[in-house]
Amino acid sequence: MPQPPEPDWIEARLVGARPQAVAALLRYFRDLDLAEEAFQEACLRALKSWPKNGPPRDAASWLIMVGRNAAIDHKRKQARLTALPDEEAISDREDTEPDIAERLDAADYRDDILRLLFVCCHPDLPATQQIALALRIVSGLPVPRIAAAFLVGDRAMEQRITRAKARIAQADIPFETPGPIERSERFSVVSAMIYLVFNEGYTDANPKSERAKLCDEAIRLARLMLRLFPAEAEMMGLLALLLLQHSRQKARFDEAGAPILLEDQDRSLWNQRQIAEAFAMIDKAMLHRQPGPYQIQAAIAAMHARAERPEETNWAGIDELYQALERHAPSPVVTLNRSVAIWKLHGAEAALEMIAPLAEPLEGYFYFHGVRGNLLEQLGRNREARDAFGRAIALANTPAEAAHIRQHLDQLEVAPPPPGRAP
Amino acid sequence: MRYTILCYHNEEITSSWSEEEDAEVIECLKAVNRKWAKNFEPIVRLMPTTAATTLRKTENIVTDGPFAETKEQLLGFYVLNVESYELAVQIAREMAEANPGGAYELRPIALYYPNGVAIEDAPTP
Repeated sequence: MPQPPEPDWIEARLVGARPQAVAALLRYFRDLDLAEEAFQEACLRALKSWPKNGPPRDAASWLIMVGRNAAIDHKRKQARLTALPDEEAISDREDTEPDIAERLDAADYRDDILRLLFVCCHPDLPATQQIALALRIVSGLPVPRIAAAFLVGDRAMEQRITRAKARIAQADIPFETPGPIERSERFSVVSAMIYLVFNEGYTDANPKSERAKLCDEAIRLARLMLRLFPAEAEMMGLLALLLLQHSRQKARFDEAGAPILLEDQDRSLWNQRQIAEAFAMIDKAMLHRQPGPYQIQAAIAAMHARAERPEETNWAGIDELYQALERHAPSPVVTLNRSVAIWKLHGAEAALEMIAPLAEPLEGYFYFHGVRGNLLEQLGRNREARDAFGRAIALANTPAEAAHIRQHLDQLEVAPPPPGRAP
Repeated sequence: MRYTILCYHNEEITSSWSEEEDAEVIECLKAVNRKWAKNFEPIVRLMPTTAATTLRKTENIVTDGPFAETKEQLLGFYVLNVESYELAVQIAREMAEANPGGAYELRPIALYYPNGVAIEDAPTP
């Protein structure tokens, strides 16, 4: 006789099956709220039934069928407002493994889940709402956890998600099977959202915080996408990029939570397992010969990961990759990043010259003023450096970033003015 | 007699484990490894199937993903050197208790070259 499963393992199965189940229920009901309620109901029944009967072989199919039946029963009951619920409606048909599930077309799942993620990225929604919605609907994170990740109250987050759902309910959700062009458009929108989820967690110094765990969630979503669409080179690139960034998590902050620059990090703290997996992903992606922004960014991160010591960094290679990135996805931020390679290769003067035209487009960008301050400091132009750092502090995203810049400012205070210049 | 224990599990589940949960499972398995240390030979954990490619031999092309598209994926394997099949099953049972979910497939080993060299007098399985 099979052992009754432990509640923890039921939980893990429910979490694992969630994206597929909610995605299929969304296709049936064409309504996010209904799909979510049906899934919740199916989970409640699973918690009752699985300890007794053992878990079904295919948890997702079970949850889809049970959730669908429960929602249909519920609708029927509502339709007969005055009638008593009859025996049929409360039958325990979910206790048998639904055989119709076997006939569900497995190929549908891929597009179901892509659609579910895509729906959460509706262009009418601001980025923060997209992420919150995806975390709630696709990952199934409880509202308090999402609220904690975004540093807002539970009620505020609840409202944010409700508003986002209402907006989507009004929009037309595309339910027909996407063609290759639509699919690739959905792909890039979903990839961008996954990257946003990761970045949200990336700046948090405490790896145990809810916010920092968003990085794991983003990696999980990228893996999910890649299992569904295994030949997408850009998704391989995105996963590799996330793994490489994440591999440095333990080295990126000091004990006080202040960020540590790449060249000052203790590289023995980098997670070699994640780095090795990222390298494998990059090797795989290269076979496709379809370079794209995520693959190039992953290749840049890989250059850093390959250097055992900062002075072994291949800056010329990094410069070339940034040039490629400028061609594929031109943006002032890319050029700003490239300027760091130029600094290492040709000196601070050349780098400063390179970023001069970025002053206007990146006026409100923390890192621009931080990099500029660093370059000016290096050149001994302390007064200008102080101005740049001052602007950076005003634009800092976290207290830790502000503190880091303040350190630079303090150094400038104590440093004697360079010879031959007025203080 | 040598056996492999092929470890199958649903990746939707294993990939939703947090780092701590994953480490907890590994610790539980290590306890079994330690108990039967003299029977364990190579232990291999594979990267997620998203890192896999497959060479289709008839078409001679490399495709992305693992060979088998199934719910449960091959995620790692152990090599056991045991006196009896019963002991192999017992060890597998203890491992299953440490790491429930999925399945362990026991397969007797036909050829075994631990150093990758196929020499005439390689040890018999």
